[in-house]
Amino acid sequence: MRPILMKGHERPLTFLKYNRDGDLLFSCAKDHTPTVWFADNGERLGTYRGHNGAVWSCDVSRDSMRLITGSADQTVKLWNVQTGAQLYTFNFGSPARSVDFSVGDKLAVITTDPFMELTSAIHVKRIARDPTEQTEESELVIKGPQGRINRAVWGPLNRTIVSAGEDAVIRIWDSETGKLLREADKESGHKKTITSLTKSADGSHFLTGSLDKSAKLWDTRSLTLIKTYVTERPVNAVAMSPLLDHVVLGGGQDASAVTTTDHRAGKFEAKFFDKILQEEIGGVKGHFGPINALAFNPDGKSFSSGGEDGYVRLHHFDPDYFNIKI
Amino acid sequence: MYGVVHFTTGSLNMPIDKSDPNPNQSKASKFRWGELEEDDNLDFLLPPKEVIGTDENGIKKVIEYKFNDEGNKVKITTTTRVRKLAKARLNRRAVERRNWEKFGDAVHEDVGSHLTMVSTEEIILERPRAPGMKAEEIKVPGDSLAQLSKGGAVLMVCRTCGKKGDHWTSKCPYKDLAAPVETFVDKPVASEASVAASGSGKGAYVPPSMRAGAERTAGSDMRRRNDENSVRVTNLSEDTREPDLLELFRPFGAVTRVYVAMDQKTGTSRGFGFVNFVNREDAQRAINKLNGYGYDNLILRVEWATPRAN
Repeated sequence: MRPILMKGHERPLTFLKYNRDGDLLFSCAKDHTPTVWFADNGERLGTYRGHNGAVWSCDVSRDSMRLITGSADQTVKLWNVQTGAQLYTFNFGSPARSVDFSVGDKLAVITTDPFMELTSAIHVKRIARDPTEQTEESELVIKGPQGRINRAVWGPLNRTIVSAGEDAVIRIWDSETGKLLREADKESGHKKTITSLTKSADGSHFLTGSLDKSAKLWDTRSLTLIKTYVTERPVNAVAMSPLLDHVVLGGGQDASAVTTTDHRAGKFEAKFFDKILQEEIGGVKGHFGPINALAFNPDGKSFSSGGEDGYVRLHHFDPDYFNIKI
Repeated sequence: MYGVVHFTTGSLNMPIDKSDPNPNQSKASKFRWGELEEDDNLDFLLPPKEVIGTDENGIKKVIEYKFNDEGNKVKITTTTRVRKLAKARLNRRAVERRNWEKFGDAVHEDVGSHLTMVSTEEIILERPRAPGMKAEEIKVPGDSLAQLSKGGAVLMVCRTCGKKGDHWTSKCPYKDLAAPVETFVDKPVASEASVAASGSGKGAYVPPSMRAGAERTAGSDMRRRNDENSVRVTNLSEDTREPDLLELFRPFGAVTRVYVAMDQKTGTSRGFGFVNFVNREDAQRAINKLNGYGYDNLILRVEWATPRAN
């Protein structure tokens, strides 16, 4: 396949997200400006100007009208996707890391980093239909995990919130009361910081990637470990194909290997694994730096990867991808 | 006139006709055979260009005719594959979004902006290889990386032994070479510099050769061993210098030192020099091969530096 290279960001990419229809791709980077691209040919549509710090993550509403972004400048902003106008700004006491719209886009879960005396926290905010009625107040604030919470997403039917972070423990919280419902088993869980989390298309299972060079597949309701995928590199980003039983891991480079790399550039790869057999299917090379973000188009026929090199690479699969057999 | 195309009934003979499926029909229909008395008259006529449109594989053929430099009528068939990068089946809303106006930093962009470009490399989903199989390389047609991976052997030069194509300097099997012998001695010293205080007061300077762990004996052992593998080369031409000898002797193995005796006054070679090998076998091979070798119009004499019986 011929990937499409999009160099709109000057700094490393942090997050990629497709909209529900799969025609828009939102990219967040450390350069303060989230950007939206057309997902078929990679043409840039626009940028959202307003943040003063690295943008760590974003989410788009189902109708692709609203964009929410979380940034290191301690704000979370709501944007009009079409015009790029800022609709509302939530202020926090510390950098905001992960944002996620609920099913129905009426709520959003936001995580904030530990900063000075503040510990990390999970905030739930109500999102009004009409931005002029938007209020700052939180529906719920959950505190408890030590260290940064890298990702928090809504569970099935918005009843639960799943969080994962630096303490390597995945937790499931009740979204109404904030009570801790489940914690991942320490023995079988990750050993190092969990960097990324992605849900399956139907929400029944989710995948976490960690710096311990593995990714694990969990059941959302019971938090049982289903599968483990092992690589040689710390995992920075994970994605699941909505169409085939494939799991993609994107990672970095072990610190010890930095000075002995071979001479070829563009060798950071997104590794494809068979979801059920846990075996490696192959890798897609091309990035000049560690891969920090991965996203699958909801139609499953293309995927994109964002790297430390500031490039977004959009890949449309060749027909023989769909015929791969182990 | 050489190269005249002869029209014979029922068939058309063209100088180049590899891929044409229907030689008779496509061209013949343009001409009225019956009216052709002398074929010379119509030699200047070329059949018109044809385009066989994109078929289901995306293959398009363009058939042109022209006269080449020798005056022959030639047929040029250009086969191109038209490949669509993505089939976008968008729903109504997505189609509407396609027509949105650009905003933010994209406002002044035109369609031909260089932010987005299709990669020149063909990237494939590389299947993992079973251990023992040779690694497949990415297909990179016309990319400089291809030269690197295909001619990787040629471009890998090890500074220590000068062997091209085998390994990089850091992976040199002849790491223990004399050239960096001093540094080699220094390295273990540097790490043990903190332990050097033994025997002397704290802060007193301890020369490298007296520090704990200094491999002085090892170093001189190596040097001596190298001198035992010394080869004398005589009957060198005036212009011969050290690099020339190095280049000449390197193919036989790792060379630690080359020396060419120079006349200080004239700056030319005095006609002889020495080459030190790491391995004795390499030195022996060099002697065998290069003794009597013609180099720069003189016949070289290559022998052991100190007369030595094997």
